[in-house]
Amino acid sequence: MTDLAATDALPKPKRDILPVLLPVILAIAVIPLIGSGSSWATLTVASLAMGMMIFIMASGLTLVFGLMDVLNFGHGAFIAVGAYAATLVLLPLATWVQADSLLLNLAVLAPAALLAMGVSGAIGLVVERVLILPVYGQHLKQILMTTGGLIVAEQALYALWGPQIIPLPLPTSLRGSFIIGDIAIAKYRLLAMLVGLVVFLGIQLTLNRSKIGLLIRAGVENREMVEALGYRIRRLFLGVFMVGSGLAGLGGIMWALYREQVHASMGNDLTVLVFIVVIIGGLGSINGCFIGAILVAMVANYGGFLLPKLALVSNILLMVAILMWRPRGLYAVTNR
Amino acid sequence: MMILSGDLPRSRILNVLLLVIIVALAAAPFLFPGAKAMNVATKICIFAALVASYDLLLGYTGTVSFAHTMFYGIGSYAIAIALYSMGPSWTAVAVGLAIGLPLAALLALGIGLFSLRVEAIFFAMITLAVASAFLVLASQLSWLTGGEDGRSFQLPELLRPGTVFVKKDVFGVAINGRTLTYYMIFVASAAMILALLRVVNSPFGRVLQAIRENRFRAEALGFRTVFHLTYANCLAAVGAASAGALNALWLRYAGPDTSLSFAIMLDILLMVVIGGMGTMYGAIVGAVVFILAQNYLQALMGIASTAAADAGLPLLPGLLHPDRWLLWLGLLFIASVYFFPTGIVGRLRELARKPRH
Repeated sequence: MTDLAATDALPKPKRDILPVLLPVILAIAVIPLIGSGSSWATLTVASLAMGMMIFIMASGLTLVFGLMDVLNFGHGAFIAVGAYAATLVLLPLATWVQADSLLLNLAVLAPAALLAMGVSGAIGLVVERVLILPVYGQHLKQILMTTGGLIVAEQALYALWGPQIIPLPLPTSLRGSFIIGDIAIAKYRLLAMLVGLVVFLGIQLTLNRSKIGLLIRAGVENREMVEALGYRIRRLFLGVFMVGSGLAGLGGIMWALYREQVHASMGNDLTVLVFIVVIIGGLGSINGCFIGAILVAMVANYGGFLLPKLALVSNILLMVAILMWRPRGLYAVTNR
Repeated sequence: MMILSGDLPRSRILNVLLLVIIVALAAAPFLFPGAKAMNVATKICIFAALVASYDLLLGYTGTVSFAHTMFYGIGSYAIAIALYSMGPSWTAVAVGLAIGLPLAALLALGIGLFSLRVEAIFFAMITLAVASAFLVLASQLSWLTGGEDGRSFQLPELLRPGTVFVKKDVFGVAINGRTLTYYMIFVASAAMILALLRVVNSPFGRVLQAIRENRFRAEALGFRTVFHLTYANCLAAVGAASAGALNALWLRYAGPDTSLSFAIMLDILLMVVIGGMGTMYGAIVGAVVFILAQNYLQALMGIASTAAADAGLPLLPGLLHPDRWLLWLGLLFIASVYFFPTGIVGRLRELARKPRH
């Protein structure tokens, strides 16, 4: 053992870049299989965009689990609630959505997204207080309570909006694609990638560069110690839960626009996808969640192109493969 | 070794309740001869057994599985595919069981070894993912499963409604192949529930409860917890697959909606929690309450909904619409997890214990 003087710099934590390289390796590996360069580029952009949307939906779940040790089986409900809330803006202002002007389109999309986040966040507040607060630390009851919450939320959406699928056309200026050479890149996918990156960077900066982020990270490591230092960790929990729910709502409206429809069952369907992503990434890890989301989207897109039959179970196969390699996900959070 | 467990209901009200249920089910073909009533009675039998097998997992080991309908579906489809492709014979039924039950056990073993090593929460997520993938597979592999339409098939001669044993003018009710099928299901379900009661009251069952209470201590006592949990998972899977096989025999059909959908999983969860986790008797009570509510409460809600609509009340007609009954059941579910975590059976047992204090 070498002696360390007090003035020496702390040893740098080892960087684990293998998971980061994984999507890159995957993308390069499929080039010869796909053959045509332009299809490959289109598929890659599609996977990145889809991955970003999944990441936005999943980030809240993994954050909440990391900090609060609460696994919210009702997370999908926030996704659906966000999408429905956004229709309150998008449907009455349909003329603005249909107008061929980027400015008008964004003027209606921005409040819709804000409303989606707001409503989901507000419902997150209620859910945290009513459903989750009484069962902190009891995993079994958490699963049951939040599953019950998912049932109630889905049924309430049916009761309020009816069981029919609500069509949600994309704003006119976001339709179509940019054509570069023979590569077609859908405009909406670019927007989705942009928003996803902004959210990722926002979370990273908040977690790593702000006081709140410091407290959250400290809370993940050792909850009691943060409490002993005089911080009200309950309030921090509530805040993180609301942000997580709000992000799910944002993801919900983005996904609804991507699919151009809203339906109450989307929450249920996406829950599975989001779970797979957070398991792959390692429960509680934001970076893992980001990579996991991109991997899942890549496997879905490339798989759908190469072997359409296999694409149905590709997510599960990916999950099994990753868990064989790293049983606790790509980035295991240390104390769990 | 005793064949029956000595685990009695331990509450007078529960005794009476169970007795009424069992007598009513045993005499169902004579008491309620209508087609709908018979369907309800059969569903209660099948779900009581299915929920009991789920209780072995949830109530006795404290692990939440979302893949129980997958095993239920495997049992259903195994019978359906065997009878569909081999024709209506008892050999086909035997082949279906011989393929379905081991397949369910094997899959449960795989999932268990893969995900029961770590936390319960992990197992819940993995089972949810696997079950949803299985649902997609079952509805896509249409050459095997019939896709979304499922598989309809014919039963062996003996079980068909056309086979009349006793004519209608003897008891006022015709005893035919359908009645025989019902009694077959009734006896099989009862046997399964008794067997499960035996399992949870064996030394093995005690270890499961020890794992539920404190896995770390159970491990420290020298029990191989992964082995016990996986074993329980396999037993529950075989139970679910058997219940699925019974269901297919009654419906003469297996399809994604009747045997695999996530909605059935939620129903099972609701039944086990409302009836009482970790009691086995809760499965019977829960199944009866839930299925009666499902079939008869909806009619009541319809009346209330139209009444509210006639009175011109806003929102209420939508909330009371018969299709929204799961909303109220979901609220009941949350309330019962919160206020009565031991369910109806646990509550009745507490009541029975109190006077002695």
